Amino acid sequence: MTEVQLFEMRGPKAARTRRIVNIAGLVVILAAIAALLAGLAAAGQLDPALWAPLLDWGAQQFLLVALGNTLIAGATAIALSIPLGAMLAAARLSRSRVLARLSAGLVEVLRALPLLFVVYFFLLALPGLGLRMPPFWQLVGAIVLYSSGVFAELFRAGILALPRGQMEAGLSLGLSRTQVLLRIVFPQVVRALLPALISQSVRVLKETTLGYVVSYPELLRRGQTLGEFLSGSFLQVYFEIAVIFIVLNGGLTWLAVVLNRRMGRTRTPRAAQSARERVPA
Amino acid sequence: MDVVFDHLGQILAGLGVTLALAGTSFAGALVIGALLGVLRLLPFGVLRATSTAIITIVRNMPLLLVVVIAVFALPQLGLTLPLDVCVAVSLMVYFACYIAEILRSGVQTVGMGQIEAARALGLSDARAAITIVAPQAARSMVQPLGTMFIATLLSTAIGSIVGVLELSGVTRLLNVQYAEPIAIFGTTALIYIALSLTIGGATGWLERKVRVTR
Repeated sequence: MTEVQLFEMRGPKAARTRRIVNIAGLVVILAAIAALLAGLAAAGQLDPALWAPLLDWGAQQFLLVALGNTLIAGATAIALSIPLGAMLAAARLSRSRVLARLSAGLVEVLRALPLLFVVYFFLLALPGLGLRMPPFWQLVGAIVLYSSGVFAELFRAGILALPRGQMEAGLSLGLSRTQVLLRIVFPQVVRALLPALISQSVRVLKETTLGYVVSYPELLRRGQTLGEFLSGSFLQVYFEIAVIFIVLNGGLTWLAVVLNRRMGRTRTPRAAQSARERVPA
Repeated sequence: MDVVFDHLGQILAGLGVTLALAGTSFAGALVIGALLGVLRLLPFGVLRATSTAIITIVRNMPLLLVVVIAVFALPQLGLTLPLDVCVAVSLMVYFACYIAEILRSGVQTVGMGQIEAARALGLSDARAAITIVAPQAARSMVQPLGTMFIATLLSTAIGSIVGVLELSGVTRLLNVQYAEPIAIFGTTALIYIALSLTIGGATGWLERKVRVTR
């Protein structure tokens, strides 16, 4: 679909308006940035003494390990929740009423709870019930529970968007329902949903910062430790962590956009596209 | 279960904080998000680029990082705000960027043909945007905005990390004091589920009511 252009702005008069607004906008934005920097400078936050320790290789190594931990937690959570989500979606669409209801209920419940609340449950409630696990699994377990609910909804929308003929053709060839699902439906659904799966992965990466709560040494937790160690370079360390996340997630998002565009040229079910847009924050 | 009944007041107070945080944050996010979204639709390159840059930066940051930075940086800039206000501001900014995206895809669903038809009828661009595009776009935005409101509501739990006693914070506190995880966590979970289902149901109803059948 071509980008909707609400305004045409043709002709010399429009060009002049555009120039004036652009220049005025630029002035306002630069003023805002200057005010922000002046405020930070007044608070002493731009003091080179606060930024210099970040250039130290030891400090960078410390954050690099944290980045590794973030990536490991994120990758594990995604690798576990995609198959779980697919299973939940298959169960919800199965012919067994009980299974479908059960799965639907589970997905609704999983998606209706705050992730942090689930993390607290893993951190505070489960040990009381005799189930102790290392911080890594307290974090990853909570994300997997939450995220498989989201993936289940994605897969369900993707499966429903696939033309019925695909399923019917498979069945009429004598394949079982499971075979059709595994060999005909899922490969096409995964392909159509690839951008949405990437967006959800970005979300999972962002969610690993809740490792802060369970003391799993991911970027934010280690960043705070580093800020304390460097006696007060909090804002500087947080700035670097923000840059890391923006580059990392920005790259993934860009990949999703490129894949989306490439698939736009081939056949993609319309409903799968709308399902993709429905992925919440 | 006694723990829950003995501390019902505390739990309800937490629920109140959660609802107040969610309400103010979402209202603020709607305003900021509409502003960012409109800037992105206007034909002025500088404004469009600025809005896109803000949206890209914030959307790629974890919410907790935004909250932590707000709690730490705002006082440095001379804005000493209560913690719950800091959390509300963070939620506003964070979800505003998602709402701006919803606005944009809402406008995209209207389609170029409508705008071209409006122009052919002699409507000015601004008039076409207000009378033709906006009503149609608004209808298609109901469902995603409802989803976003639920997301905002659930995200208020983040406040408990910096010490705001909303629903999750109260749950954590009560559990530390009384160690009755099933009763305490179960009650809170039921409250969250009820809230999510109510909002989901309400937006579903509203969406069906205003839907354009094409």
